[in-house]
Amino acid sequence: MQNSSSGPGHFVAQLDDTPLAAVDSVDESEKARSSFADAWDAMRGRPMFWISLVMIALILVVAAFPNLFTQTKPNLGCLLPDSNGGPEAGHPFGFTRQGCDIYSRVIFGAQASVTVGILATVLVTVFGGIIGALAGFYGGFLDAVVSRIGDIFFAIPTVLGAIVLMSVLPTRTPVTVALVLALFAWPQIARIMRGSVVAAKNADYVTASIALGVSRFRILVRHVVPNAIAPVIVVATTSLGTFIVAEATLSFLGIGLPPDVMSWGNDIGQARASIATAPMVLFYPAAALSLTVLSFLVLGDVVRDALDPKARARR
Amino acid sequence: MFRYIGLRLLQLIPVFFGATLLIYFMVFSLPGDPIAALFGERPPPQSVIDTIREQYHLNDPFIVQYLYYVGGILTGDLGTTYSGRPVSDLLGQAFPITFRLAMLALFFEAVAGIAVGLIAGLRKGKFFDASALVVSLLLISVPTFVVGFILQYVFSIQLGLFRTTVGPGAPIQDLILPAIVLATVSFAYIVRLTRASVADNMQADFVRTATAKGLTRGRVVRVHILRNSLIPVVTFLGVDIGSLMVGAIVTEGIFNINGVGGTVYQAIKRGEGPTVVSFVAVMVIIYMLANLLVDLLYAALDPRIRYAK
Repeated sequence: MQNSSSGPGHFVAQLDDTPLAAVDSVDESEKARSSFADAWDAMRGRPMFWISLVMIALILVVAAFPNLFTQTKPNLGCLLPDSNGGPEAGHPFGFTRQGCDIYSRVIFGAQASVTVGILATVLVTVFGGIIGALAGFYGGFLDAVVSRIGDIFFAIPTVLGAIVLMSVLPTRTPVTVALVLALFAWPQIARIMRGSVVAAKNADYVTASIALGVSRFRILVRHVVPNAIAPVIVVATTSLGTFIVAEATLSFLGIGLPPDVMSWGNDIGQARASIATAPMVLFYPAAALSLTVLSFLVLGDVVRDALDPKARARR
Repeated sequence: MFRYIGLRLLQLIPVFFGATLLIYFMVFSLPGDPIAALFGERPPPQSVIDTIREQYHLNDPFIVQYLYYVGGILTGDLGTTYSGRPVSDLLGQAFPITFRLAMLALFFEAVAGIAVGLIAGLRKGKFFDASALVVSLLLISVPTFVVGFILQYVFSIQLGLFRTTVGPGAPIQDLILPAIVLATVSFAYIVRLTRASVADNMQADFVRTATAKGLTRGRVVRVHILRNSLIPVVTFLGVDIGSLMVGAIVTEGIFNINGVGGTVYQAIKRGEGPTVVSFVAVMVIIYMLANLLVDLLYAALDPRIRYAK
């Protein structure tokens, strides 16, 4: 938005040139609609929004309460005679190479992937968002320092950095994987937030707030951030999926979650050995992983379309 | 232009030192004794420990160790692997293979991605467009290693069209399948990017003008739509070199290619931290240089961008 008061020639309209009656007649009784309400309206009508939302809700419930979906323990009762066995009663997906029930492993594997995805996304969004907002809003020395530090982390691709750090870390849990991924991914969000805040802080309503004597910090929190957060939300939704893929890649390489943690990445890696004889052992965890990632990607797409007025007009 | 290149190179210097310091700090300030890791169960005699500590400057303060390390990088000495081979030696052997693989992948994803994206963008909302979108979303959500397993299983094991693993010297015909695997995710992103960009430009005023003044459709598409739509794609290709390198670790591991990625993969599997670190540090440097190159290409492609004189 252009700042209309910053032109070289100031022009103040004569009082009788200003149609005050027209201004007075604008109905202000209803609360102004926020851009998020508009976005909600745009999303509500799209089937893909509801499909992805239901999928995500289901995945979250599976991750939180795996016992609701299966009575079979994923690591107990594995019998070698069942190795790579096909589906049978009570075991709809068949058995792994070790003779464990694939269905229960897929169900219990959700927790690790979802934990890593959500935790890393929350960390990156909160940390990167706050840093980017402060740097963009206050500018100056803080901005310079933060941007240079961000450049350094940005120069290291997330998964490459995670490979280095994970290959030397002594403890590997979903939390450490999420922390490591977040450590290398925050500059992306920080950059987006910074750019968005810089664009928003010169808007007229900010100038108006300054004129009214609102404190700087309050302006940032109340006015600038809500108007600058949309691009961050879009990237965060999509990156949740990419974090889940990153965790699976690390686990496949053997430096993500340790083998005793139930995880789709680990199961896919182990199923590779018997791909020629029992491809279904690989298929189920891979399908679960891809469906999860797909749900978040589709949601991200819908949210982006809804929050971007340009895209909304185009559709 | 030259001034801009110089400025960008100058900016690269602090980032280079920062990034290598970060990697070095992460790895070598962590708890654990590297010498103990070197010997495993039976501790070596004290004199051996002392010699090694001296040799690898382990008695010096952290920052001195780091300076030795950076000095090594700058003079081409990247340390030695656990088996005693110089890392630079290994890199010289592995790099050409990975370079060939990455170029092939880049070629596939750029040509196929732009072609599919262009057609989808021109036929926005039609069947081809919808299926291209669905396929690209699917490709993004399936991890590279799963795509690798499936293609390797179907094309090499079942149909016998390609060799299962890549032979010595990595001839081009063996690299085709791994390159396709490596290219899949980026292919999907390029399709989506090109499509969105083409669809945007279709409604631009300059395209309407071009059509109105009687240019053929082919010329409008080639010169006016495509060229303008390629700008974001080129930027993406630069950023993508980073993910190509990560993909190379996985892909070369699956197909047993002795490139940079394959070496990192083997080193990770064997728990050779220092080898992983020195190779990834080199990858990061390549990534930074590639990004610089793309920024310059960007200027050549978009006449609106002229870097400060």
